Amino acid sequence: MIPVSYFFGLSLILFTLGIIAFFVKRDLITMFMAVEVMLNAANLAFISLAKATNSLTGQVIVFFVITVAAAEAAIGLAIILLVFRQKKTIKTEEFRLMKG
Amino acid sequence: MGAFLFFLLALLCVGSVLGMIISRNQAYNALLLVLAFASLGGLFGLLDAPFIAAVQIIIYAGAIMVLFIFVIMMINLKEGIRPERKKWTIRLSAGLAVFLLIELGLAVKGTLASFRGAAGPAIGSPTELGRLLFTDYLYPFEITSILIIAALVGAIVLVKKKKDER
Repeated sequence: MIPVSYFFGLSLILFTLGIIAFFVKRDLITMFMAVEVMLNAANLAFISLAKATNSLTGQVIVFFVITVAAAEAAIGLAIILLVFRQKKTIKTEEFRLMKG
Repeated sequence: MGAFLFFLLALLCVGSVLGMIISRNQAYNALLLVLAFASLGGLFGLLDAPFIAAVQIIIYAGAIMVLFIFVIMMINLKEGIRPERKKWTIRLSAGLAVFLLIELGLAVKGTLASFRGAAGPAIGSPTELGRLLFTDYLYPFEITSILIIAALVGAIVLVKKKKDER
């Protein structure tokens, strides 16, 4: 049987990779995908702890997290479409409206 | 067998997220993310959560990523995004991320030690999860439906064009 700590370590690595992707990438869509990677890393941590504590609560929380992620994806992509309609670009470095 | 599957799926998952960081094409990024989510679904299955594994593949790798690909298609960048000129930001973020990884690892080390040996058979079958959802977690479940309606209405209102803009 694989120890739960392996899964937990994998979730930490995935979360860190998500953060790296969020800061390195420069288009809004890929940055948004990086957020989804981070959410999934958190889900993996929840499920591995549900396994470790021998309860189903973690799995129910993951169920809710997936639902919230679906809602968040719909709203976030709508906002990205709005931004694209106004600025004609999704590169983050071209958004300098708040830069003095 | 289980260990082999774990390492295969973990490698697939980490590799596709790394590929997402390296690749500059958004469509490839989305497809790599589908691969990562599918292998995560397999990992959930290894952790005795078959229902969550199915939900992960249907909702994440299916629905959400189709939404992403749809938006990529609507935006349709002609030229790819050129690589970052300021290399120091990449190095700085990578260094800070490694620092964060070490810090998180130190933080969870103590937590995991207290759970050692507690693992037992807690199979997350749809029956058990459904019973929990409709008894102990009934109110969160109902609030989730309100959240989904709000998200739907919000997305439609946000993207809708006004009449005089046409």
